[in-house]
Amino acid sequence: MGLKSNLHNLKEKYKGTKMAPAFNAIHTFLYLPNEITHGGTHIKAADDLKRTMNVVIMALVPCLIFGIFNAGYQHYAAIDAAAGITKEVSLFGNFLTWDNFVIGAWTVLPLVIVSYVVGLVVEFIFAVIKGHEVEEGYLVTGMLVPLIVPVDIPLWMLAVAVIFGVVIGKEVFGGTGMNILNPALTIRAFLFFAYPTWMSGDKVWVHEAVDRTGTPDAISGETILGSLAQNNSVGYDVWDMFYGFIPGSIGETSTLLILLGGLFLVFSKIGSWRIMLSSVLGAMAMGLIFNFVADSGMISESSKFFALMNTEFWMHLLIGGFAFGTVYMATDPVTASQTNKGKWIYGFLIGFISIMIRVFNPAYPEGVMLAILLMNVFAPTIDHYVVQGNVKRRMKRLKVKTA
Amino acid sequence: MGLLSKKDGKLITDPLADNNPITIQVLGICSALAITAELKASLVMGIAVLFVLGIGNVVISLMRNIIPSKIRIIVQLIVVAALVIIVDQVLKAFAYELSKTLSVFVGLIITNCIIMGRFEAFALGNGPWKSFLDGIGNALGYAVILVIVGFFRELLGSGTLFGVPVLGDSIEKTGVYSIGYENNGFMLMPPMALIIVGLIIWVQRSRNKALIED
Repeated sequence: MGLKSNLHNLKEKYKGTKMAPAFNAIHTFLYLPNEITHGGTHIKAADDLKRTMNVVIMALVPCLIFGIFNAGYQHYAAIDAAAGITKEVSLFGNFLTWDNFVIGAWTVLPLVIVSYVVGLVVEFIFAVIKGHEVEEGYLVTGMLVPLIVPVDIPLWMLAVAVIFGVVIGKEVFGGTGMNILNPALTIRAFLFFAYPTWMSGDKVWVHEAVDRTGTPDAISGETILGSLAQNNSVGYDVWDMFYGFIPGSIGETSTLLILLGGLFLVFSKIGSWRIMLSSVLGAMAMGLIFNFVADSGMISESSKFFALMNTEFWMHLLIGGFAFGTVYMATDPVTASQTNKGKWIYGFLIGFISIMIRVFNPAYPEGVMLAILLMNVFAPTIDHYVVQGNVKRRMKRLKVKTA
Repeated sequence: MGLLSKKDGKLITDPLADNNPITIQVLGICSALAITAELKASLVMGIAVLFVLGIGNVVISLMRNIIPSKIRIIVQLIVVAALVIIVDQVLKAFAYELSKTLSVFVGLIITNCIIMGRFEAFALGNGPWKSFLDGIGNALGYAVILVIVGFFRELLGSGTLFGVPVLGDSIEKTGVYSIGYENNGFMLMPPMALIIVGLIIWVQRSRNKALIED
């Protein structure tokens, strides 16, 4: 009689009561239920929703750990920069240090905890009221949310945003699998429009920078997109951007780790390589168009778009949240297009539009968030036309055959 | 309710809840989204519609037997346009700042579907007293939703009610602002008004299951 059989006995006892969904959620999270399948045909496969979600979380963990260290590193780097010291990043010398970890864990882990606790409480309440099982959808959302917000976002704001995102973004549509918009991005969009001072600017990306404003110890850390939008030069070299030693939202900075996570998702067949590849192509296409405009002298160097337009097209892939959004958000199977041809169109437009928003609207440097949300809305339409096109082609073939 | 018979009373109370023009008939949404960022503007808009719909319904009801049905829409438009111009001029004369906030939406009362809807559906077929009650009831139902939406949007978006700071000073950091609270800028945007109207509809229909359509 271990914990497992105890839980099974409890499950029988609580069957049909109001709290049963909440209990079952914990039960199936820990163990495989002892129910056997009944009825006719059934497919045997190990990749149920929980497995799928866990694979995505596994792909996210490196980004989280890197984000923790980077939060500490950016904090100390900004203090040094304020004191006039410039330092080179060295992975073991001043990045993977205990000091960085302590600062990072102290700021990042509360965000993770708040995101999970608030989100799961909302899910449990809805499951109990509606009498359905708690769905696993929030496991990934809860991990994505802390990775796409700035380090110093106040916890209560995050909690409000999570409630809004889960209720309005997901539960009103009927819960996991029914949502039109990606819940994690709904949460981020809510924060972005509700509390813009905490989601943009040159202070929020570095721990304690907001608290120190106006004091002699003031520090700051502008993101690369923020500097470019103001036509300032960028003080980071390309490898820093690729490895991720730059200010930004917690988990989005390291393109290398996101790339590895993306490969993991593709090889475990959880993420769609079509969407990832086509978004990169879309982003590069828009980047090349802007490079052409800048090179041909159609706009002068004093134009406010110049610095962003003149950014090499491949550099757009490294800066900002583009890589993170493409790999982890655009590929969300619920909100993306379902047909293969639709996935190409959907991904391409995400890349194309995110670079366009990024360049043309310096107030919204994070174009990828808005681009994905926009395409989420259009995904069913894309699918509809792909399917209808297919139907028409086959009808034609049928007519030719019978005629 | 000695003044009103039970049937007449229902003309006023029905549109307040179970036959609300905004949440049940889903009419007049555009103005509900556009001007509800401030409670004061919502209230004035509600009063303006109350005036136009109350008097308009009576006028149409009195004329209902002499309006040729082919041109009745034009006649209705003239009546409502005349009333709206009166409201607009009064606002410009006595509350200029407010009329600037409401801007084009006072003029757009003319096209507010609630008004034409009541003219068509009620005033053309009922006597003036009943039409008056129906107009008042529907305008009140519209105003109630506007005031609820305006209340939440102004309170959470600007921390004020009728322009009076109730949560403390957001710049001086007094009141709840001293413990880190901040205004929600999203509340001031029209999408949030749509979401609040949606939440009201949600609450109303979960309390009264008979309202749920398939």
